[in-house]
Amino acid sequence: MQVSVDRDRCCSSGMCVTNAPEVFDQDDRDSLVMLRQTVVPPEQFDDVRLAAELCPGRAITVTGDGPARTGA
Amino acid sequence: MTTAPTTPVLALPAPHSGGCPFGPPPAYPEAAATGPMTRAKLPDGDLCWLVTGFAEVRTVLSDRRFSADIRHPAFPLLVAGARELITDNPDFLRLDDPEHARQRRMLTGEFLVKRVEELRPEIQRIVDEALDRMTAGRTTADLVTDFALPVPSLVICLLLGVPYEDHDRFQSLSRTMLSRESTVEQLREAQEGVLEYLRDLTTRKRAQPEDDVLSRLAARDDLSAEDAAAMGVLLLVAGHETTANMIALSTALLLDHPEQIPGLADPATLPGAVEELLRLLTIVHTGLPRVALEDVELGGVTVRAGEGVMAMLSTANRDEAVFGGAGRRATDELDLHRDARRQLAFGFGVHQCLGQPLARAELQIALETLFRRLPELRPAGERAFRTESFIYGMRSLPVTW
Repeated sequence: MQVSVDRDRCCSSGMCVTNAPEVFDQDDRDSLVMLRQTVVPPEQFDDVRLAAELCPGRAITVTGDGPARTGA
Repeated sequence: MTTAPTTPVLALPAPHSGGCPFGPPPAYPEAAATGPMTRAKLPDGDLCWLVTGFAEVRTVLSDRRFSADIRHPAFPLLVAGARELITDNPDFLRLDDPEHARQRRMLTGEFLVKRVEELRPEIQRIVDEALDRMTAGRTTADLVTDFALPVPSLVICLLLGVPYEDHDRFQSLSRTMLSRESTVEQLREAQEGVLEYLRDLTTRKRAQPEDDVLSRLAARDDLSAEDAAAMGVLLLVAGHETTANMIALSTALLLDHPEQIPGLADPATLPGAVEELLRLLTIVHTGLPRVALEDVELGGVTVRAGEGVMAMLSTANRDEAVFGGAGRRATDELDLHRDARRQLAFGFGVHQCLGQPLARAELQIALETLFRRLPELRPAGERAFRTESFIYGMRSLPVTW
């Protein structure tokens, strides 16, 4: 799974940091979303999917999320 | 019978009569049971759409075709005659981007998740001191006036730099502003009174800045004095009325379900328990107003350009498909083990509550500490709900321990 963010859409609700703190952060300079990592390990898939679903600005995009990708 | 009975159009806001005292007015879930979109009538007589479905509410709140600009001539208002109170400087909650985003971004740094995390020890101190005062030398109290109201009020006063000694003044004004029983004249006086208070305060902060939000706003050269005052009103009202009522309602609800109180004790389950309380109580019972800027197909109907819509958070938060499931209680009941993270109590879209990390921290700390320190807490008399307020809540909650 890969994750990307569109900072122009970010409204700094902090929902992503609340739901997936290992992957998302808020920038001290402008309060907008920052990624701690762009490639997500499988144990964080659920948290990142939820963060994308709940982002009120729809600023988070998840790709490479097919179930086949989680296999060997 | 030769003619089919016609359903009368639902009049907004619906009264809080009958039904569960913790739930929204029964007319809203009844409307939700008939479909996601219901015709309703505003106090001024205009028709609007009551949007009750989870998906439809999310769409209304996140789709730019629905405007939050209160200056739009068809913006839905829940008080008859209130359109004359709308100023040229509404707070940014009632504006669209780009001006909404410009003003909101002046505040986002104050509510970063990590900044709120740093505030936790301070919030804990405020909670502990409120409980110390409440329990000193007595065994009964009104949980609303002795705990639920002072805690968020002290927190927001500290953050904004508002002297707590003034809280009686701005609390009574904000009550009037939020009451559906207020006349237009009373609303005008209260709105002007609280604006005047914030104008004076921001003027003082500009002259003698301190380390607080109002001082930082007052110092900006890209924010007019009038916009700074409007922003201060929004933060002050939103910062204490909402959280205060969530603390009071949550406590009363948990006292009705003492078997669920242990769900607050484990740090691993406390955040989820608070999400469930936010979901079930959804204190903005009347919903969030928007106006359609163009025709939109939604929930099987066409919302026409210029029609008002009310996004009903309370019914969306009871959607069985989203929050129900095997082994879970019905969605109109409390179930602290439910996954309620999709709850919409803070709204959705670019206007979603800016202070939600702070609200979560306050609720988690206040409720965990209250039931840990007073394990024998129980009701001690008649409780009273604030059915007249646009932010639902409690007037009093007598308790003993």
